[in-house]
Amino acid sequence: MAKRLGQQTIVLDKQPIVLAGAAIVGRKEGDGPLAKYFDEVVDDEYAGEKTFEAAESRLMRDAFIKALEKSGKAAKDINVILSGDLLNQCTAASYAFRDSDTPYLGLFGACSTMSESMLIGSILIDSGAADYVACAASSHFCSAERQFRFPLEYGSQRTPTAQWTVTGAGTVILGKDGQGPRITCVTPGKIIDEGIKDANNMGAAMSPAACDTIVQHLQDTGRSVDDYDLILTGDLGSFGSAMLRELTVRNHIDLKSKHNDCGMMIFDLARQGVDCGESGCGCSAAVFSAYILEQFRLGLLKRILFIATGALLSPTRTQQGETIPGIAHAVCVEA
Amino acid sequence: MKKPISKHEYQKLVEKKAPGSHVVRNLFAAFFTGGLICTVGQGIMMLVKSFGADKDTVAAVTSITMIFLGAFLTGINVYDEIGKFGGAGASVPITGFSNSIVSPAMEFKKEGYVMGVGAKMFLIAGPVLVYGIFASVVAGIVYFIWKQVM
Repeated sequence: MAKRLGQQTIVLDKQPIVLAGAAIVGRKEGDGPLAKYFDEVVDDEYAGEKTFEAAESRLMRDAFIKALEKSGKAAKDINVILSGDLLNQCTAASYAFRDSDTPYLGLFGACSTMSESMLIGSILIDSGAADYVACAASSHFCSAERQFRFPLEYGSQRTPTAQWTVTGAGTVILGKDGQGPRITCVTPGKIIDEGIKDANNMGAAMSPAACDTIVQHLQDTGRSVDDYDLILTGDLGSFGSAMLRELTVRNHIDLKSKHNDCGMMIFDLARQGVDCGESGCGCSAAVFSAYILEQFRLGLLKRILFIATGALLSPTRTQQGETIPGIAHAVCVEA
Repeated sequence: MKKPISKHEYQKLVEKKAPGSHVVRNLFAAFFTGGLICTVGQGIMMLVKSFGADKDTVAAVTSITMIFLGAFLTGINVYDEIGKFGGAGASVPITGFSNSIVSPAMEFKKEGYVMGVGAKMFLIAGPVLVYGIFASVVAGIVYFIWKQVM
C-alpha cells in the first residue's frame, strides 16, 4: 500500500509500471527537434474532422489507441481512463472517450494534467483498485486560441513572454506488471498564487508552484538534485524556467544542468518563431509519452522527476482583475 | 515551509526580468505597414478622383474598397500575417477594422449563423463601436452647446 512520506509525498509500494506511451502531434511540433520520437504527425489542423475541438478529440483518441497497441493490452483490460485537456468542460477528453466503453474520470489541472493523471493512476494501481490505467492529456493550438485568445485570422502581435499552445496528445498506459520504467513516488502540489495577472506570462504564474513542489518533494524524500538524472518541468517556457531557477536558488537548491522544460524541448525556439516556448496539456503529455519513455528504453535515464505545471487560468476571473493560480504535480519515474 | 520571497518581491522580480517588446523594430514595422496601407488608400482615392467623381463619392468608394481589401486578405489567411508584422500599423486603419469583424465571423461559423457568426462577429470590434459611437454623441452635444453659446 501507498505510504505518506513527509508533508506531501506518497511512496508507492507496488511501483506501477509505465508499460507504453504514444504521442500524436501537429505539423509545427512535427517540424521541431523531437519530431522523430512522435508516433504520428498530423499535417491537417482539422485532423480530418469538421471542427478544431473534434480534431483535438481525434488526436487524443488516436494516441490512446496507439498506446494500447504498443502496450499489448486491449481496451477491455483498462480499468479506468484518467484524462483532461484545456477546453471548457474538458470537451476534448470526454468526446474522445465517449465510445471507449471504459470507465472514465475527467481531470482538470490545466497543463499539469499529465502528471496529475499519472499520479492518480499510479495510486489506483498501488491500492489494488485498478490493474491497468490509461493516462492522457491533449491540447490544440486552434481550439485553445479561440477559447482563450482571438480568432485565428485576427491580425495581432504576441507579447514576448507569450507561449504557443502545442497541438498534440499523449497517452501512457500504467500497469501492475510488465516491462518498463516504474513510478516510485509522487508529490501532489499545492495551488500557489504569487499574484501574476498577465495571461501572456503563464511561465511566471506557474514557476512558483513548480518550485514549491520540487522543494517539498526533495524535503519529503531527503533527496537532492543529484539523485536525479533529469528534473523535467511541463511548460514553463524559457522565461518561466529562468524564474524557476531564481526561486530554487533562493531555497538553496541548485538545479545545475539537471533541469529541462518540455516547453523548450518541443520547438526550436528561435527558428520556429516562438519567443518563450510553448504550453498546453499536450506538451508535457507528448514529450513524456514519446521522448522521455524512449530515453528510458535506451537506458539513458535512470531516475527523473516529472513535474507538469499548470496555470489555473480562468479568462472570466482574469477579466475581473484576479491573479492566476499555478499548480505543479511531481511524479518520480525510475528505470 | 518558510517562504524565501514575498509575493510583492516576486512580482517585482518578474517585471524586472521579463523580456520587453522590441520597441524600435515594432515602431518601424507599424510605421511601414500603416504607411503602406494608407498609400494604397491614397492611390485608390486618386484613381477614383481621376474618373471625375465628386468628393463624397471619392471618400465612400475609397473606404468601401479598403474594407473589401481587408476582408479579402483576411479570407485568404493573409491579414493575420500582416497584423503579426505590423501590429497597430495594421489594426488602426480601416482594413484592420474589417479584419476584426471578418475574422470572428469566419472562426465562429461552426457554431451556426445565429449564435456563432451573428453573436460573435463583433467580439473584437464591438467595444470600438460602442465607445466610438458614444464619443461621437458626446462630441455632438459639445458642438451643439458651443454653437448656442457662441
